[in-house]
Order: sequence, then structure tokens, then C-alpha cells
Amino acid sequence: MTPAKHKNLLELRDVTIRFGGVTAVRNLSMDIPKDSIVGLIGPNGAGKTTVFNLITGFYRPNEGFIRFRDRDITGLPPHRICGKGISRTFQNIRLFANESALENIMIGCHVRRKSAWWMMPLLIPSCVREEKNIRETAWKLLATMGLEQYANVPAVSLPYGAQRRLEIARALATEPSLLLLDEPAAGMNPQESTELMDFIRHIRREYELTILLIEHDMKVVMGVCEHLWVLEYGQCIASGTPDEIQKNPKVIEAYLGEEVFDA
Amino acid sequence: MQQKKKNRFRDTCLTIIVIVLLGCFLHYAQNHFNGYAIQIINLVAVNAILALSMNIIYGFTGMFSLGQAGFMAIGAYVSALCVLTPEQKEMMWILDEIIWPFSTIHTSFFVSVVAGGLITAFISLLIALPVLRLGGDYLGIATLGFAEIIRVVITNATPITNGALGIKGIPLHANMWWNYGWLLFTLYFMIVLLRSNFGNVFKAIRDDEVAAKVMGINTFKYRVISFCIGAFFAGVGGALMGNLITTIDPKMFNFLLTFNILMIVVAGGLGSLTGSILGSVIITVLLEWLRIVEEPMTILNFEIPGIPGMRMVIFAVALLVIILFRREGLMGMREFSWDSVIGFLSRPFNRNKNADTGKEQA
Amino acid sequence: MTSAMFIQHFFNALTLGSLYGLIAIGYTMVYGILRLINFAHGDIFMMGAYFIFFGTVSFFLPWGVAAVLAIAAASLCGVIIDRIAYQPLRNAPRISALISAIGVSFLIENLALVIFTGLPRPVVQPEWLVKPLAFGNVRILPLGLVVPAISFILVAALLWVVYRTKPGLAMRAISKDIETTRLLGVKVNKIIAFTFALGSALAAASGIMWALRYPQIHPFMGVLPGFKAFIAAVFGGIGSIQGAMVGGLILGFIEIMLVAFFPEFSGYRDAYAFILLIAILLVKPTGLLGEKLEEKI
Repeated sequence: MTPAKHKNLLELRDVTIRFGGVTAVRNLSMDIPKDSIVGLIGPNGAGKTTVFNLITGFYRPNEGFIRFRDRDITGLPPHRICGKGISRTFQNIRLFANESALENIMIGCHVRRKSAWWMMPLLIPSCVREEKNIRETAWKLLATMGLEQYANVPAVSLPYGAQRRLEIARALATEPSLLLLDEPAAGMNPQESTELMDFIRHIRREYELTILLIEHDMKVVMGVCEHLWVLEYGQCIASGTPDEIQKNPKVIEAYLGEEVFDA
Repeated sequence: MQQKKKNRFRDTCLTIIVIVLLGCFLHYAQNHFNGYAIQIINLVAVNAILALSMNIIYGFTGMFSLGQAGFMAIGAYVSALCVLTPEQKEMMWILDEIIWPFSTIHTSFFVSVVAGGLITAFISLLIALPVLRLGGDYLGIATLGFAEIIRVVITNATPITNGALGIKGIPLHANMWWNYGWLLFTLYFMIVLLRSNFGNVFKAIRDDEVAAKVMGINTFKYRVISFCIGAFFAGVGGALMGNLITTIDPKMFNFLLTFNILMIVVAGGLGSLTGSILGSVIITVLLEWLRIVEEPMTILNFEIPGIPGMRMVIFAVALLVIILFRREGLMGMREFSWDSVIGFLSRPFNRNKNADTGKEQA
Repeated sequence: MTSAMFIQHFFNALTLGSLYGLIAIGYTMVYGILRLINFAHGDIFMMGAYFIFFGTVSFFLPWGVAAVLAIAAASLCGVIIDRIAYQPLRNAPRISALISAIGVSFLIENLALVIFTGLPRPVVQPEWLVKPLAFGNVRILPLGLVVPAISFILVAALLWVVYRTKPGLAMRAISKDIETTRLLGVKVNKIIAFTFALGSALAAASGIMWALRYPQIHPFMGVLPGFKAFIAAVFGGIGSIQGAMVGGLILGFIEIMLVAFFPEFSGYRDAYAFILLIAILLVKPTGLLGEKLEEKI
């Protein structure tokens, strides 16, 4: 069995999670091919973010398993999962508010660090060098995101758009191979969301990423995703290419009245 | 880049100058000041170490720990046990005979302080492993509980600690040079660590633990590390304190001691090393100064008796005022930097130079 | 140990436990609503004791009248503390309010030290309360019956207020979701003040009965019972009134029985509660009767 045989980066098999009496996600299976951009859509409260929390290790599924690069990662703690190469953003931006933009990205770099904390006060050369490298990497990432001007500004004082970008930059700093974006286009105007689509494609190329995104803006979803899953009441009611999804009667019914496909 | 390097050279020079000046001041103080003033100067250093130790735990990592007094007690007792001679110990332990190996240990002062710090750090590790799973106020109460347990254990472990009688006649080793030497070491350690990306990691845990986990930070591990570093320096501070006042007993390490340190940290600014230093200078001097209100005094031939407790009343009111009206304390999260000092000092000159833009600068 | 002695210990434990329980209720109500450990609560307990002392000794009031006045005064103090020290910090980080509470606690203790002096004061117990009743060879103080009885009546009255009246409904609503309750037009700050008044009244009642049972009062008498009562509240499940009472009784029993059966451990009498607290927090942080609070990601 060579890993090349499996083209899927992430696999969810029959994942179920219950909170008390409520089944938040039921029998969800997903295969995310390497280098793809895929989407997870569904009405509010369908359990999309719960799926993210399952993948990133905040919840442990009651049933089923999650495989990443052919390794079982079910039940690993979040920091281990990040170490394996999965990173994410949050629906309601969660930056480190009191830290500067630069420091936020540097914190993202920490997971790849090799030296230990006690080497720092002893000024052990390898540790000091690594420290310098982290700073340089963070600067570079800041520059690619066009956030240089905010380098020393506390994240909480950044404009909204810059905060969104900084959160993605911070996620990229962990050198992920799978990036989960939770509503990246929330609060953006049409022009900004068009830019976002280009940006998502760009970072996929640049950082060799696979991207899974949750999004309500159907223009973005249909424009950028190659494959979609539709969630309703925690169950996957359809999956396929954007075209197939748009024609699926079940999906139309689930979204009835929301008129999201007009765009 | 050139400018940056030049600045760093300048800053290093200025820092060295300040340390030399501090040395000169201490030398002068030692020869010319009276014992009371020297005691206060010593207390400033010890309190600063203690404040820094609490600040790394609470101010930088966001763990509300009220166990400081317990850690200090461990440090003080370990150091005292190390530094006393076997003969002294045999004389002092009246209730129960002191047991081996404590009866024979005798080390130098420096070793005793390091041992105090290390053993405190070790015990704090044992406490951290279960307790740091808690967050917020529960953590505060649990650490407070541990501090009380430590105190009760010390009271009851007479063969080791001499119980409620405490330990008297600890030789006064902790002179200014030791105290300020330890303070400088503490500061160096904190500055290097907290300015590095490890410091950022601590602050990340403070600001948003969930996001920190997503960034691949083993938050529990770094909470434990921060907690143990803080405990180490609290132990060191306790050891110095014990050697400074030469008498320790379990009653001394009560919640009031933690409260004083908390006051310094909050007044100085949570998450600011500079704030902790300034806070310890101000609060220590203020606390000593406030002793006046507890002593009898005569104003215009009227004898006013001393009012015990008045000092803490004023102190508690001060804490309330700070927390209600200036929660960020003196410094907020800002730090001292030579740039800001030079900027501040050169402001009058700049104002003259470009008078028309002066308003915007102000 | 004879059964007679055991019965005496039982009533001692019941007394101590119900006194802890009464204080614990104040902690649990305030924590349930504001998520704040009201450090000053133990000091309200102390004030209750001092008020009754001065009411009876300095103003020669009959016990009943003095008790009512003391409880009213202590409630007022609780409300004032909330207004001055906690209300401005409603939107601040939770730990700020906790530090404020610690400050208030120190303030009250030391103010009491200044005003009442540190001298412990003896309380004169009414004779009929301390004249032992003999049941066969079992001798019980009337206090051992009166204190638990009054405590249970008070708890029953409180439960009636919380579950059968409008302010009680508002209190329960606030503990679920303070913002929504505010939007529904409930005057949240008034209800919170009411909660403080109720909690403080119970703490003062406990302080009064404590002064009768252990007839010596001093400015720091509230510290340890306060801590133990808080632990009782955590033990019973913070936010639950019945839980607080159960927790208080359990703590009282452990304390009395520990000293009675293992006198060699009596030096650890004040540490056991903290050990219990840490054990509870680690094993079942929600306590015996508490609800689980999920953190939203």
C-alpha cells in the first residue's frame, strides 16, 4: 500500500456526533482529494462548523473515523492535528487581540519550531537562529498578504478586511497542507468577494494547499469550489459538482425561500 | 537595518550605564543609609521578583493563580533548612526532633536559594498537572486552596519545619547585592523569554486559548511551563524574603502576602514587566510609609492613638480604585523602551524645531 | 465511641453544616447569575454577627428585633457592595470583578478591625438555648435543634421566592442568559441587587446563629467559614440552591466527624475542605447537582 494509491488527503467515514440528545452530525462521509478546493454548504445550524470542530479535534466523534494522509487522526488533540498539517480560520475571527499582526503570524510559526523554551534564556545559538528565522518568515508572510503596514499594530485595531486576511496568514504560518476556511467571505461586498476567490486560488497554488471552505455566499462557492457537500440537520443530503448541486431538488428544497441561487 | 543595529548598540550601552548607576546607588546606600531604609530597598527587590513571578503566570499567560504565598513558603523553608547549621537546627527544634536528612544539610546561601526555587518549581509541577486543567476563577480558588494546604502541612510537619514555632535566627545573608543580583537575573530571564516567540505563545494562550490550540500550541504544556517558571521565581523570592527578615513561620505566608503581590501586579499593569518593577517600588514604599497611620502620633498636642488595620483599609481602597477606574494599571501592557524615553526627553527640543507641526505631535 | 456521643456529634454536624449551607447559598446564587466568586460574602456573615452583638449589647434590643435589624443591615451592605464594586465591572473580564471582590473583602475585614478592634468579643447566649436537654443519656443543646430548624425554614422560604415569584423567575432567567433577559425588559441590575440582598440576608442569619453557637466574634471570623461555604457551593454544584445546602451539610459532617473519629488529624481540620475542593473540581467540576456549561467554539 503506497500512499500514492490514495488520492484523498482527508477522509471522513460515517462520522456521527451527539450532544446530549441532539445529533449534530449524522453519518457524514467525505473524501477530499489532494489539491482541490471543496465546499461545505447548508442552512444555518446545519452543523457545518461542527464538522470543522470534528476535523480539528475539538470534538471527538461518537462514531466513525477521520483519516488524514492515510493516518487515523480521530480523537487527537487540536494541537497535534495542527502539527499534522491541518489549519483553520474561524467564523467569528479569533485573532490574538493584544498581539501585533507580526506576532500573530509568529505564533503560527511556533508549531514547526524545534528548539525548546529553556534554550532561549541560555541563548543557545540554534535557538536564537530559529528565532530569527521565525521573525523573517513572519515578515515575508505579512508582505505577501499586503499587511506590512500593520506589522506592529495590535490585531484588535486592524480594519475588518485586514483581520480576515491576517487570520488566513496566521493559518498559513503553520505550514498546513489542508486549510479549512469558515465563511471567509462573511461581511464582504461583491467586489471584495471576487478578489477573495482569486486570493483563494492563488494561495492554493502558492502554498500547495487543499482547501475546504464553509460559505454562504453562493457566488463564491459556485465560483471557486470543485466539489460540494450539502448539510441539513447534520445530515449530508447531497454532494457533487456545483452544477449538480444547483439542480438537485433536495438542495433546492432545503434552501427554499432563501433564494441563494439567484446570484 | 543600519539604523536598527545602531539603535541596538545604543540601547545596550544605555542599559549597561543604568545597571552601573544602580550599582553605585546600592553601594552608596549600603554605606550611608540607615538600616530601615536599606531594609526597604531590599524589600523592593524581593517584591519585584515576586511580582514578576506572578505576572508571568497571570499577566502573560492569563492563569489567575493565587498560590504565590504557598510557593514562597516552600522556597523560604527550603532555603532556611539548607542554610542553618546542624547545631542551630538541633537547638531550635523543641517539639519534635528534626529528622534526617534535614538535620545534616548545610549549604551556602546561593545554593539554598537555588534549591528553594527548584523544589518550589517541582512541587508546583505536581500541583499544575491536575489543577491547570481548570480555568478562570476556579483555577484561582484551587491554587489558593493549595497555598492553604501547603501552610497547614508546614504547620503540622514539625519534624521538618518546626511547626507553628517557625524558624528563627536565619543568618542575614540576603544583602542588597544578592537581592538585586537575583532581581537582575529574573528580569533578564523574563525579558529574553517573553520577548521571544515563546513569550508570544504564552500571550496567545492568554488572549484566546481555542485559537492557540488551532495554531498547534500544546496549551496545557505551555501553561504548565509558565506556572512552573513563576513558581520557581516565587520560591526564590520566598527564600530571599526569609533570609531578609531572618524569621519565618507558617502564619506569615497567608493570603495577605499573595494579596500584596497581586496588588503590585495589578497596579503596575498585567502583562508588563516594567509595570511590575514600578509597581513594586511604589507599593513597597507606600506600604512602609502607611505604617505611620498605624502608629500613635501627636498633632497640635492631641494624642491620636495608632489605628491597627488602617493601613490595609487604605490599601484595599487603593486596589478597588485601580480596578474600578484604571484597570490596565500604570503601564497597561506597554513596556519600557529606550526609544520611548528618548522620544519623551527630546520632545521639548523637537517642539522648538518644528513649531508649526508641534500641535499634531502633542 | 458510644451511640450517645455519636448522636451529639450528629447534631453538632447538623448545626455546623446548615450554617455552612446558608452561607453557601449566597455564593451559589451570585455565581449562578454573575459567574463571580463573591469573596466578600464571608465578611457579610461576620457583619451579621457583629450587628447582632451591638444590637443586643449596646442598644439592649431583644434578640428577635436585633436579629431582624441585623439581617436587614447586612442585606443593605450586600446591595451596596454590588453597586459600588461589582456593577461597574459587569462588562469587564471576569477576573477583574474577582479582584474587586478580593479588594472588598480585605476592605471590610480591615475596616471591621479598625472600627470594632481586633479584640474577640464574647457573645452572651440566651440561657434557654444552651441549657442541655437530656434524652436518656443523650444531652443535646437546644441550639443543635433550633439552628437546623431555622435554617431549613429559611431555605424553604428562599426556594419559594426563587421558584414561585416573579423576581425569582427573573433571577433564573438572568442565570440562563443575562442579555436576552435584559432585552425582555427585566431590570437586570435591580434583580441582581435583590439576589445580593437575599444571599446576604441568609449569610447574616448564619452569622447570627454562628455567634450563638460559637460565642466569640472577631473581624476575621468570616474568612474560613466563607471559604468552606464556597467549597460547599462548588461541591453541591454551583448555581443550585439545594446543592449548596447539601454541600454545606456534607462539609459540616466531614469536619465534625473527622475531628471526632480521627483526633490525630485535627491539625488538618482546615485543610480537608480545600483537598475536597480540588478533588471535586478534578473529578466532577459541575458538582453534585450542577448543570454543565459548554464553552462555545
